[in-house]
Amino acid sequence: MTAMAMNVAIRSAMDVMLGRDEDVVVFGEDVGYFGGVFRCTDGLQAKHGRHRVFDTPIAEGGIIGVAVGMGAYGLRPVVEIQFGDYVYPGLDQLISEAARLRYRSGGEFHAPLTVRMPVGGGIHGGQTHSQSPETFFTHVCGLKTVLPSNPYDAKGLLIAAIEDNDPVVFLEPKRLYNGPFDGHPERPVVPWAGHPLGEVPDDHYVVPLGQAAVRREGADVTVVAYGTMVYVAEAAAAETGVDAEIVDLRTLLPLDLDTIAASVAKTGRCVIIHEATRTSGFGAELSAVVQEHCFYDLEAPIVRVTGWDPPYPHAQEWDFFPGPARLGAALQAVMEP
Amino acid sequence: MALQFRVPEPPARPGEEPDFSYLDIPAAGAVDRPPVDVHQTSIRDLAWTMIRVLDDDGAAVGPWAPDVSPDELRTGLRAMNTTRKYDERMLTAQRQGKASFYMGCTGEEAIAVGQARELGPRDMCFPTYRQQGWLIARDWPLVDMACQVFSNEKDRLHGRQMPIMYSARDAGFFSISGNLGTQYIQAVGWSMAAAIKGDDCIAVGMIGEGATAEADFHHALTFAATYDVPVILNIVNNQWAISSFQGIAGGNHATFAARALGYGIAGLRADGNDYLAVLAATRWARARAVAGVGPTVIEWITYRAAAHSTSDDPSRYRPKDEWQAWPLGDPIERLERHLTQAGEWSEEQGRDTRAEIAAHVRAAIKEAESYGTLLDGRQASAKSIFDDVFEEMPPHLRHQRDELEALQALQREGAET
Repeated sequence: MTAMAMNVAIRSAMDVMLGRDEDVVVFGEDVGYFGGVFRCTDGLQAKHGRHRVFDTPIAEGGIIGVAVGMGAYGLRPVVEIQFGDYVYPGLDQLISEAARLRYRSGGEFHAPLTVRMPVGGGIHGGQTHSQSPETFFTHVCGLKTVLPSNPYDAKGLLIAAIEDNDPVVFLEPKRLYNGPFDGHPERPVVPWAGHPLGEVPDDHYVVPLGQAAVRREGADVTVVAYGTMVYVAEAAAAETGVDAEIVDLRTLLPLDLDTIAASVAKTGRCVIIHEATRTSGFGAELSAVVQEHCFYDLEAPIVRVTGWDPPYPHAQEWDFFPGPARLGAALQAVMEP
Repeated sequence: MALQFRVPEPPARPGEEPDFSYLDIPAAGAVDRPPVDVHQTSIRDLAWTMIRVLDDDGAAVGPWAPDVSPDELRTGLRAMNTTRKYDERMLTAQRQGKASFYMGCTGEEAIAVGQARELGPRDMCFPTYRQQGWLIARDWPLVDMACQVFSNEKDRLHGRQMPIMYSARDAGFFSISGNLGTQYIQAVGWSMAAAIKGDDCIAVGMIGEGATAEADFHHALTFAATYDVPVILNIVNNQWAISSFQGIAGGNHATFAARALGYGIAGLRADGNDYLAVLAATRWARARAVAGVGPTVIEWITYRAAAHSTSDDPSRYRPKDEWQAWPLGDPIERLERHLTQAGEWSEEQGRDTRAEIAAHVRAAIKEAESYGTLLDGRQASAKSIFDDVFEEMPPHLRHQRDELEALQALQREGAET
């Protein structure tokens, strides 16, 4: 066991898999010699060789298209899109090709690729470095969508994603690479060292896809969260005294509806929080399934606390970012009789 | 002084005389054949000319004339004739309502057939929707092809794909996508993987000249050049992309092969209706790839004699008799002329072979029809639409499938009472 920051844990997952499976290859922009702009592949090329870990041209469509072709040959590509904000040129290859290949070929071909990308705000990155694009992927049948909130889950989920024979989109909340963040920017940065979920096994292990985790047990309200919002939820619960049960989804699709439904059946209230924009955000899907399955358990309407709809601003970072004040207010409101 | 916005127009529209004067056609045998390991900067001229082997009398001339046996040529000819007959019969089947859609490759048969015959058994073709000749040349069952077009009970793709979107891994034929150009960069990826593994097989990408405008084309050439990928990137220039002539893809300013030069890739341009040129240029490019030199782009000059598809009517945008005026002729006629001139074919053989093929194709299609067509609605089950999306069906798909089955059971009950 070693204390690892999230980016280090992600690196460890790739390191383990490169050593374990000779069909795994890692590539993307600046991931080879340099080790990635967020250091997620630091040292991997030197250790495993240029034919396993290498730099690519600046072409997200090319990166994912090449991964599809490699997967058809029999390799297991793990590619990095430098920022989730830049994935759009690659969406055709991901959605029209990778997601549908097994289906449209009657199982003759498939795309066992993993596409990693940093997502989310809280870093003053503006609209081209702060987006949360998860619903573009959850809307596509054939893709799995994963979003860890801590180093332990990140490594275990990434290994599971790499081993998965379906295409997996692995979203990394960049604000959490170096430490948990509860939405209070004025407080000193907290590293992962010392955090229980920053203790990571050195070798191979798996956190299964499709399973949520209850981060905090509670009786008053179910908060459904993922990524950075898990820590925002913890802060909001502490600051308001609302006894929130915090469900960390970890995998968005396939969704662990059982864990969510069991929690809502217990608490009778549901608040969903995500950084992504409100309209057609994943909270809309969650609201629909919770409503469908838990209507008679609910004491109050389902609430969504989300990023606002406009493009993610630069200067007004903390007005946009759904922080503990906004979530806290929602928790208190939902508890009102 | 005012700016001008110029929209290119094809040389001839409906009612006008066909005009192929824009095509510069050198004599057969006029172009040199360099060694396969030549540096791409030394052969830039090959991207601006046209490699031709068969002259107008059917003789094979010049340094590109390949060493190939008459038996092998007859096998290729048979595959081309079978492709043409299959296209003809499937077109008829579509008009009879047995299939929803069909796409023929009339006039372009030499390219897919020739490459399929010339390339290795483990080489992988990343096709467009007009390389059915590859499957036929590799003896993939015609019955299975027709079953896919009919989306019937024996369709290997379980009705999931539109007609002609075949997949045939065992024939080295990647699953066809409806999105243009996506296969091109995938072919590069496949070849990169083969190189990483030290394998000895390559991928070939196919793309139409119209689709070279897509981003995937540029990604393919960039990646192929960056890593010296052992891949063949074919551009099938059949002059038309639905109603858009090749000028709409930028063809008026440069050949499509010449795009390779900007990326630092060897570019060949060849007569796509010349079966021997197809074999020869393919052989050169494959040798270049497996020798570790790098990629080759080959532009094949041909003509889309067929409509784009059964949903298309070319008489609305090009002269009706344009194919008759096509200067590079019919690939089947030209190969037959060559074999006849060499004493390896006769008109009688041609008649017999075509009759044999017609019977074979008719029998295959008849068998396929026995498993269902659009007319009788025999197809894969509704519940099967949830299979094979993921390796293992996740709960939410299972629930959707259960919901569909319950609804259909209710409808059946309602119908019975």
